[in-house]
Amino acid sequence: VGMKSRIPLILVACGSFNPVTNMHMRLFELARDHLHQTGQYQVIEGIMSPVNDDYGKKGLVSARHRVAMAKLALETSDWIRVDPWESEQGTWTETVKVLRHHYNESLRLFQSKKEFMKNKQPIERSTEDSLSSQHSVLPELKLLCGADFLQTFKMPNLWKEEDIKEIVGKFGLVCISRAGSDPARCINESDLLTKFQHNIFLVKEWIQNEISATQIRSALRRGLSVKYLVPDSVISYIAHHSIYTEESERKNEGDLLQPLKLHNAAVNPPN
Amino acid sequence: MEDPEKTEVVLLACGSFNPITNMHLRLFELAKDYLHETGKYKVIKGIISPVGDAYKKKGLISANHRVTMAKLATKNSDWVEVDDWESSQSEWLETLKVLRYHHQKLLSPDPTNSLQDALPLARPGRKRKQEPNRHDPIKKKNQSPDIKSVPQVKLLCGSDILESFGIPNLWKLEDIVEIMENHGIVCISRIGNSVEKFIYESDILWKHKNNIHLVEEWITNDISSTKIRRALRRGHSIRYLVPDVVRAYIEKHNLYSSESEDRNAGVVLAPLQKNASDSKN
Repeated sequence: VGMKSRIPLILVACGSFNPVTNMHMRLFELARDHLHQTGQYQVIEGIMSPVNDDYGKKGLVSARHRVAMAKLALETSDWIRVDPWESEQGTWTETVKVLRHHYNESLRLFQSKKEFMKNKQPIERSTEDSLSSQHSVLPELKLLCGADFLQTFKMPNLWKEEDIKEIVGKFGLVCISRAGSDPARCINESDLLTKFQHNIFLVKEWIQNEISATQIRSALRRGLSVKYLVPDSVISYIAHHSIYTEESERKNEGDLLQPLKLHNAAVNPPN
Repeated sequence: MEDPEKTEVVLLACGSFNPITNMHLRLFELAKDYLHETGKYKVIKGIISPVGDAYKKKGLISANHRVTMAKLATKNSDWVEVDDWESSQSEWLETLKVLRYHHQKLLSPDPTNSLQDALPLARPGRKRKQEPNRHDPIKKKNQSPDIKSVPQVKLLCGSDILESFGIPNLWKLEDIVEIMENHGIVCISRIGNSVEKFIYESDILWKHKNNIHLVEEWITNDISSTKIRRALRRGHSIRYLVPDVVRAYIEKHNLYSSESEDRNAGVVLAPLQKNASDSKN
C-alpha cells in the first residue's frame, strides 16, 4: 500500500516524565511501527507533553527540568519532540484539553500548508513533500499510553466521563502493553471503552523494558547507576542540577492530585 | 588511591554479543553497584569478550562486526572495554581459558597473544598460596615492587548462563569447578527467576555458592539480542534498546537479515562438538 492514501497521524504522550526514560521513547517507536503496519497511517509526528507542576504528584520536580531533560533525550530523534505548552499553563490541564490544543495546532498548520501549496506552480511542488500527496487528508491525533493508563479510567473521580468519551471516541488511543498484561480485558469490562474499541489500538511490547521513572529516582537517591536506562545527556543533566534527592521525592507529599482536588471542589463547593 | 582493605575485581562478560544491547551494558552497571555495596570489593575494570566465529552458533555474524559494535557501545564508558583476544583465536575457546588469560594478563603487564596464558597457574584442585579467591581482605604487599595483590577476574553473566551449566556436554565439570574456585561468578537475574533453586538443586554449585554473587535486577530488562535481530528482520525500530551508534552501524552495514540468521543452521555448537568427541577418545 503506497504512502499516498495513508492518514497522517500525530501521537501525543502525556505524563510526568519525571524523568524521561528510554522506555518512554520506546513507546513512540513501538506505536509508530505498529500503526505503519496497519497500512492505514503515516505517523508524521510524536509529541511528549510533560504534565504541569500543578498536577501535585508526589516527587514531581519542576517542569523546567522535566522539559529540559526530555529535550536532551529527544535530541537524536527526527520525529519526536517535547512540547511545553501543557506545563506552561497557569494550572493543571485535563488531558482532553491538551489533545484538543495539539489537534488544533496541527489543523492550523495543515490549512496554512494547503494554502501555500495551492499558490505554488505544480512544477515547484516537491515530490518528496508528503503533504502534496496527502493534501486532501486531514491529520488525526491520538493519545499514546501504556496499559496502566487504561486502568486509570476506572479510578473514581480521576476522569470526567465526557472527557474519556472525547479522548477515546474523537481522538483515539494507542496503548502499549507488555506481555502478561491484559488491556483487552480492561476494555471489555468498560461499556464506554467497548463502544469505542475500534479506536483503541493495542500494541504488544514483546521486548520487556519496564524502566519506571519511580525506580530511576530511587536508584539515583541510592547512588546507583542508571546508565543505559536513561540517555547519558539526561544523566549528566540530573547530576549537574542535583535534581532528584530525598527532599525532591517528598514534594507534594500528602497532597491530593489536582484532578481529585477539582472533583472535590465541584462536589463540595465552598460556601 | 587503592583501598588496601578491598579486593579488586575485574568483571569479564563472555558471549555472542550479536549484537550488543543496552541490557548487556546494564549487567556491568548492576554488578559494579552490587559489589561496591558489599563494601568488600572495588571493581576496577569491565571486559566484554565476544566469542569467536568458530563457536558456530546459529545466526552468529562475523566477529569483526560484533567487536566493532561493542567498541562503539563502550566508547563513552570509563571502565568497560572490549577485548578481541578470544574472538581472534582460530578455534573456539572454553570460557575458563578466557578467564585464565585475562587473569594472567593482570599478573604480567606485557600481554602476549600466546595460548600459554590460558593454562592454569597450578593444577586444579591444589590450593595455591596466591589464592585470589579468599573473602578476607588481601593484605597489600608493600615490600617487593613486582609482587602486588592480584585483582580477581569474575565471570559476569545472566542467569541463563548459570543454568546452562546443566546442559549436557556444554560445559566440562572441571571447568565449572575451576571457574567457581579460582574466579567466581556474578550472576544477574530477574525477580522471580529460578536461579536460586537451580543452585540449590546442584551439589557442585551449592558447594561453591559463596563464590556466586546473585544480583537481582529490579528493572525488568528483556532486551535479548535474539529479539533485536528479529525486530530488524521485520523492519521494526530498535531505537533506545541498543546504543544509537550501534543502531547506526547495523543500518549502515545491513548486518542482520534472514540470510544472516540462517548461518550455521544445522551445525553443532563448538563446545558440544568438542566435548562429545573428547569423551569418545
